[in-house]
Amino acid sequence: MSNSQPRLSLTLGPVLFNWSGERWTDFYNRIADEAPVDRVCIGEVVCSKRKPFRDEVILSTVDRLERGGKEVVYSTLALPTTKREIRDIRDMVEAGYLIEANDIATVHLLGGRPHVIGPFLNIYNEETLALHRELGATRICLPPELPLESIRLIAKGNEVVEVFAFGRAPLALSARCYHARAHGVPKDACQFVCDRDADGMDVTTIDGRPFLAVNGIQTMGYVVTAATHQIAALRDAGVVSLRLSPQSCDMVRVIRIFRDVADGHMTEQEATEALGVLELPGPMSDGFLRGVPGVRHFDEVD
Amino acid sequence: MNGTRPSPLELVCPAGTPAGLRTAVDAGAHSVYCGFRDETNARNFPGLNFDRAEMREGVAYAHDRRVKVLIALNTFMRASTTDLWKKGVDDAVAAGADALILADAALVAYARRNHPKQRLHLSVQAAAATPEAIAFYRDHFGVARVVLPRVLTVEEIARLTAQAAPCETEVFVFGGLCVMAEGRCMLSSYATGKSPNMTGVCSPPSHVDYREENEELVASVGGFTVERFARGEPAGYPTLCKGSFRARGTASHLFEDPVSLNAVELLPRLAEIGVTAFKIEGRQRGRAYVATVVQAFRRALDAIASGAKVDFNELRALTEGQRDTTGAYKKAWR
Repeated sequence: MSNSQPRLSLTLGPVLFNWSGERWTDFYNRIADEAPVDRVCIGEVVCSKRKPFRDEVILSTVDRLERGGKEVVYSTLALPTTKREIRDIRDMVEAGYLIEANDIATVHLLGGRPHVIGPFLNIYNEETLALHRELGATRICLPPELPLESIRLIAKGNEVVEVFAFGRAPLALSARCYHARAHGVPKDACQFVCDRDADGMDVTTIDGRPFLAVNGIQTMGYVVTAATHQIAALRDAGVVSLRLSPQSCDMVRVIRIFRDVADGHMTEQEATEALGVLELPGPMSDGFLRGVPGVRHFDEVD
Repeated sequence: MNGTRPSPLELVCPAGTPAGLRTAVDAGAHSVYCGFRDETNARNFPGLNFDRAEMREGVAYAHDRRVKVLIALNTFMRASTTDLWKKGVDDAVAAGADALILADAALVAYARRNHPKQRLHLSVQAAAATPEAIAFYRDHFGVARVVLPRVLTVEEIARLTAQAAPCETEVFVFGGLCVMAEGRCMLSSYATGKSPNMTGVCSPPSHVDYREENEELVASVGGFTVERFARGEPAGYPTLCKGSFRARGTASHLFEDPVSLNAVELLPRLAEIGVTAFKIEGRQRGRAYVATVVQAFRRALDAIASGAKVDFNELRALTEGQRDTTGAYKKAWR
């Protein structure tokens, strides 16, 4: 692999699931100490009810990550609706943290301050990307459904584009909590049942065929996005960063695999095989990148 | 005009075809919404929508009867193909659109820059669900109205409407119901490769299949079973988010039952909190359906505007035999 091209950086996305405080802290401590990742996004994105548990430990975790040489980014809610949720975001903006905006309301609250954008904003073309750059975005993770051919047209020449490269892809958000609904409890008294599924709750068709995963108000793919076959193509397309989204498998190993393949120390095939032996919650897929249905596995054609 | 309100109540009705436009206009719509026959609009189905000449004729027909035409270009521009959407904006303005319904921030910016006087509405596909999100589009681009996502409760809509001013709010009151935050859903592209945001379709007919199996009709989308109907049971359209799925060992309509939205009983409250416009979904529906629904809702809005009693039974009867819901407008839905 050519060394003349710019180095691909790695971003660890926020933990999207409701992991216990202990699991969450242990996870980030290990990342801080062992993972060759450039930056770490931290903070609750899916459900504000989970946030108090995170707030108790977030500052010490951030400190540990920074001492581990990671740039820390504060992720924000993808679907804020209440006054309190907006106030929390405003407080984070005013505290001067580097914010990851996941909703247009957050972009507005940022008022032109430098920030990064997560995979929840509708940026589907080079002009919308340019508009967000004018508003202060310095790195932009594109929506996971975009095919490589569109990514190439959007990323070329601007060195701000990040692509969702590993993990269950976020597909949808709702006012309704499907975890609560599946457990037969009201959202307002949900008993945090989403904490029982570290990788989301598997959803199959009525015939039993694996299909989706549910994470509170969020719907995700059952398959695990894995862009290992596309690393050279993404780099060639002008992508500067890969987003790796935490799952319950050995994420330090996942990060090392992506670092090795990005640096040319491992072939794409070796990287794919190395990921394949980890305990992933579903089969690997790069359907969205290939421009076929996102659910397709590596070898499936449409 | 009612002096206590900033603007009269407006009934916004679907016009999927030129004939559908005339039907909605004749039935009492204050405004109709429609789109060009291409991927610039979120109802990009074969047999629907308007070519350029049809759009000009439709606008003339509506304007002759003092009905407004809102032209939707509410998908997200495809990379390096943005001219298709911009040309759509230019042509919609030239056709005499009273407002453009847009979702892509860069297209909103283009429309504002090139057509400074054109009235712009923010599509529900832009999913502006907070005062701050609305302020973004209002303050940067002078958006005059926002179509609110169907993820909000009535009380949240009240707060939003008060804070959005002078930007008006429009809410869906009848028809299909998105369970997910609109414009932020990739379920369809996950299963079929075609999505609302990129191609203007959701669970498209081209990817729907029905087959007989053990006395049942099995409906699938992209090869995934979405519903099984017993023989004789009416088979609804298999939209992904309204299918039967299995989680925790139990089969259920995990995301939403196959219901449609009917917020009729909330109309007086929505009017009271200052919502300007009431939208009926269904550009793909038949003319008889559109005529019946539009007439009924027009009578209800006229009654509300004049302080008269609303005949809720007539409106409830519109969904008789089908199941309906007030959706997220009532908090218990969540």
